[in-house]
Amino acid sequence: MNPNAYLVLSGIIFSIGAIGVLLRRNAIVAFMSVELMLNAANLAFVTGSRVWGTLDGQTAAFFVMVVAAAEVVVGLAIIITIFRTRNSASVDEASLLRW
Amino acid sequence: MIAAVIALPALSAAVLLSFGNRTNKFGPLLAIFASTGSFLIGLWHFLQMVARPAEERPALTTVYEWLAVPAAGFKINFALQLDQLSISFVLLITFVGTLIHIYSLGYMSHDENPRRFFAYLNLFVAAMLLLVLADNYLLLYVGWEGVGLASYLLIGFWQHKPTAAVAAKKAFVANRVGDFGLSLAIMTMFIVFGSVSFSDINSGIVGAPAWVSLTLGLLLLLAACGKSAQFPLQSWLLDAMEGPTPVSALIHAATMVTAGVYLIVRSASIFNASEIAQTAVVITGAISLLMGAIIGAAKDDIKKSLAGSTMSQIGYMVLAAGLGPIGYVFAILHLITHGFFKAVMFLGAGSIMHATNDNVDMRRYGGLPKVMFFTTITFFIGYLAIIGVPPFAGFYSKDHIIEAALSHSWWAGAAVLFGAGLTAFYMTRMMMMTFVSKSRWHDDVHPHESPLSMVLPMIVLSVGAATMGILLTRNHIFEHWLEPITGFVKPEPPLPIQTITTITLSVVAIGVLIGIWQNIKIAKVAPVKVSFVVKAARKDLYGDVLNETLLMRPGQGLTKSLNIFDNAVVDGFVNGLGLFVSGISARLRRSETGYVRSYAMSIVLGTALLIIALLMVRI
Amino acid sequence: MNFPWLLIVLLTPLIGTVLLFIPKRFVAFSDQQIALYSSLITLLFVIVIALQFDISSSATTQFDVSFDWIPVFGITFHLGLTGISLVLVGLTAVLTPIVLLATEYEVQKKNKEFLMWILLTQASALAVFLARDLFLFYVVFEAMLIPIFFLVGRFGGPKRGAAALKFILFGLAGGLVMLAALIWLYFVAVNQLGRGTFSITALSNELKLDAWTERWLFLGFFFAFALKAPMIPGHTWLPDTAEQATPGTSTMLIGILDKVGTYGMLAILLPIFPNASIEFAPVIIGFAALGIIYGALVAIAQKNIKRTFAYISISHFGFIVMGIFSFTSIGMIGSVIYMVAHGLSTAGLFLTAGYLIRQKDNSLISNFGGVTKAAPVMTGLFLIAGLSSIALPGMAGFVAEFMVLTGTFQKYKIPAIIATLAIVLAAIYMLWLYQRVFTGTETKESSNIIDLNKKQILALSPLVALTLLFGFYPAPIIKISESTIAHTMTLVGATDPQPMIRKVVNQ
Repeated sequence: MNPNAYLVLSGIIFSIGAIGVLLRRNAIVAFMSVELMLNAANLAFVTGSRVWGTLDGQTAAFFVMVVAAAEVVVGLAIIITIFRTRNSASVDEASLLRW
Repeated sequence: MIAAVIALPALSAAVLLSFGNRTNKFGPLLAIFASTGSFLIGLWHFLQMVARPAEERPALTTVYEWLAVPAAGFKINFALQLDQLSISFVLLITFVGTLIHIYSLGYMSHDENPRRFFAYLNLFVAAMLLLVLADNYLLLYVGWEGVGLASYLLIGFWQHKPTAAVAAKKAFVANRVGDFGLSLAIMTMFIVFGSVSFSDINSGIVGAPAWVSLTLGLLLLLAACGKSAQFPLQSWLLDAMEGPTPVSALIHAATMVTAGVYLIVRSASIFNASEIAQTAVVITGAISLLMGAIIGAAKDDIKKSLAGSTMSQIGYMVLAAGLGPIGYVFAILHLITHGFFKAVMFLGAGSIMHATNDNVDMRRYGGLPKVMFFTTITFFIGYLAIIGVPPFAGFYSKDHIIEAALSHSWWAGAAVLFGAGLTAFYMTRMMMMTFVSKSRWHDDVHPHESPLSMVLPMIVLSVGAATMGILLTRNHIFEHWLEPITGFVKPEPPLPIQTITTITLSVVAIGVLIGIWQNIKIAKVAPVKVSFVVKAARKDLYGDVLNETLLMRPGQGLTKSLNIFDNAVVDGFVNGLGLFVSGISARLRRSETGYVRSYAMSIVLGTALLIIALLMVRI
Repeated sequence: MNFPWLLIVLLTPLIGTVLLFIPKRFVAFSDQQIALYSSLITLLFVIVIALQFDISSSATTQFDVSFDWIPVFGITFHLGLTGISLVLVGLTAVLTPIVLLATEYEVQKKNKEFLMWILLTQASALAVFLARDLFLFYVVFEAMLIPIFFLVGRFGGPKRGAAALKFILFGLAGGLVMLAALIWLYFVAVNQLGRGTFSITALSNELKLDAWTERWLFLGFFFAFALKAPMIPGHTWLPDTAEQATPGTSTMLIGILDKVGTYGMLAILLPIFPNASIEFAPVIIGFAALGIIYGALVAIAQKNIKRTFAYISISHFGFIVMGIFSFTSIGMIGSVIYMVAHGLSTAGLFLTAGYLIRQKDNSLISNFGGVTKAAPVMTGLFLIAGLSSIALPGMAGFVAEFMVLTGTFQKYKIPAIIATLAIVLAAIYMLWLYQRVFTGTETKESSNIIDLNKKQILALSPLVALTLLFGFYPAPIIKISESTIAHTMTLVGATDPQPMIRKVVNQ
């Protein structure tokens, strides 16, 4: 099997996610972009698994999914708290933690 | 057993100092007992020693091993050497010391804390005895600095007086300059001979190279100058008169200041081996004896005038000690007679001060014989003794020194002869101003004779001042007594003895006559228009000025600038390093903007950089 | 020796620390008493050990307690007693109860904490002096910084924060360099001996370093010890720290912990790096002599009582270092006595002046004058400590200084002569300070000074007694340290010079 197409797609999705994180101010959108990046990685893992014919990649993908789910739980909670106090979900607003 | 001589006053001092005010009631008496006990033990040893033949007289008592490093061949015992020389000192110190203890009972009766004073006196007696009994230089050094400490404490006894505190410190520091010499001498002895005991040095110095005796001699001379207030370390002695008068009598006249002479005589073998060192000693003595006499002749303060006189008389002793075997015995003889007559004069001065509300200005004395009979008589005996009128003590000791000096060289002889004239002059001046002239007292002063406790010691000492000379020189007793220790060679002056005596007495007579003639009328206030010699002498011949400009001011400047250097440069470097780091971090932390997206950006860029770097490495 | 005496000595202050935190319901003693008793028990144990110590033994260490710690790297928890460590352990054991007894006033609200840090200081000092494993030595060498850091930072004067920071940065800087040297040394040992070891005894007996390695390693360790001692020019943390710290802290720090620097030179540098030690000795002696004079001169110019003491100590550490690097028995034993004498006199100075300074909350010299009128006992005790500090004969300081100078003079004439000049400077800095603070006209500030009470006198009297004892009878210290010094001399390959005259006779 030729994995090139899958890997290229994974790269494209990762880039979209990364650019989204860097450019979008809305926390929710940034968050979803992170999810995109994670899933791009998952795609690459699964592809690898398929190519080598082992289960390692799939296991890793499951790990990533679990971590992503846990992250969503914590992350969303934080975003909601910020939104409640500031009436905004912009990531640039929450910049108090600096020098 | 001889250790008890030291232990008694030392223990008494320890008790008085550590139990404090609880000993106030019996303190002074305890101190007097300790000192008397010490004298009696000393006397007992003396009598035993006299009974033995000359070669068996010295006795060594090793108390314990003080410092010992066997691997390095380093061994210094706490050992006491009792010989003819040290027993002479023991008797002088304890006898005069006890009398002055008794005198202080009256003199210090109005003081708020006589107990402490007596404790210090005891401490002094103990330290001085250790100094003269030690069998090695290091133990001598313990006593040497011990008397320095006692002197420091006693000069500054009235601590509330800033002048006293300053004078005390000055005395200690000047002494320490001398101690610098003594320390180096002891260290040199150790590396050269592997020992610091008198006997080892005496036997080792014979075959030693010339530089050893020269170095040791000069270093010991420096030590002696510090302790004995000889030129150029003389300036502390005049300030030391800030202390209570009994202290001046005991420490700064009779005993401590003569320790330098003791040191030189004790080190006779070293000086005998180096002519240059001996000459240096003679020159030091000559300069000091003239300087002291000139200063003594210009002071109106009776104690300072006596202090100048002390410096001058010690100059005689040092000079005699520098003459070698012809002079050692006479140096010690003069030391002993001086101990008596100078002590009696100081005590007399104290008695007068006691009677005149602590006035020391001779220009406000006068007319005292009417009210202070005993003081006048005893002081007069002391006067006759110091100017060298036969048959008083000073005549014998000084005459011998003059003979010895003349047989050494014409200039040493001239110095001592001129000194004798000066002595006669300034002492006559003192007599005229204090006793003979009409009374010029302050209005509220009503002089009276001092109490018995003060008069008695003065009488005893004046008897000594009158008779000591005859007693010690009859049949050359003292020469034979000390000869086994110091060696003795009969001086052979270029002139017959009778001629020298006649010349000396004429010089003295001239001094006395000038003294009388100049002081028939005495102004209540010191005249301002005086010759430059008097002006200089009033300022201690610029000794202090010299110290200040040469040492004190540059020293202060040096310490201050070093302090600034330490703070600004050394510590400044450290602080600067700290500031540098914190400055850099203050700038770098600005990159922490708080924007999540910029952090993300740096992560992405960083990753990209890493990947590129990895790829490049692979290629 | 089967019974682990050393471990017990080390544990006693730690147990005391733990006991401080037991609720008061369960213990009948106050915090003060717990700390004091634990330090007294430590002292008792040390006395028991000292009585059993065999001064004629040829073994390097006695009372060894050793078990594996990190076997992979050959690290052991090894405690052992040499003559020199016994002397310094004794000093630590004596000074701690004195500090605890004398500084009761320093602890008001933060009582427990202060006592805890003092006990921990004691424990770490004991550990440093007992450690026979270089890694253990390094660990406690660094750990020592912690209690002092808190003692200075929490209980000091207004600028205590900065002072504590400076102190710990200097300490860490030295420690870092030492760590690097330590790791290097480990690999050298692995290569040469075929096994990793940190045992000081093994390293000094078995290791043969090539010249350049030895030089660099020597410098690494020396850097740490010289900062700790402190030698000029790495001394500037000491005045700042001493100025801000409480008298008790200063006593623990300067009286005990700074000795670690000079102890390290004597017990680690010389045995492990003998050739480099000999090579660098002239330079170090020169620096030491310079430090003696420099410290004394700067001490004269100080305006603050505590800073004066700090500079005096810098001058004195110069003497100790000089004696160590003189490579003569007299000089080295003199240094050991000097460490004790300096500990005693520093304690005396800081604690007596501490009573004075605390009452007015001001340590400027100009603030005081004529204190002797109101407080004669304080004055007397201060004078005794001061006189010992300036090496007045009859006091411990004199024996030490004379031996150091003589030992140095045997091999290095000029530095010894320069150092001897300090006896004049010493008289100036001490007596001038005494004159300005204690004598003269009584100032308004010093008229209502309260003199020492009985407890305080009791606390300070052992210092006076020991100072006089060692001044007239220094044999105990000499005997205890003699064989260790002889052993060190053999390791270094130095011999005592013979007297010149005897040489002449032999030829």
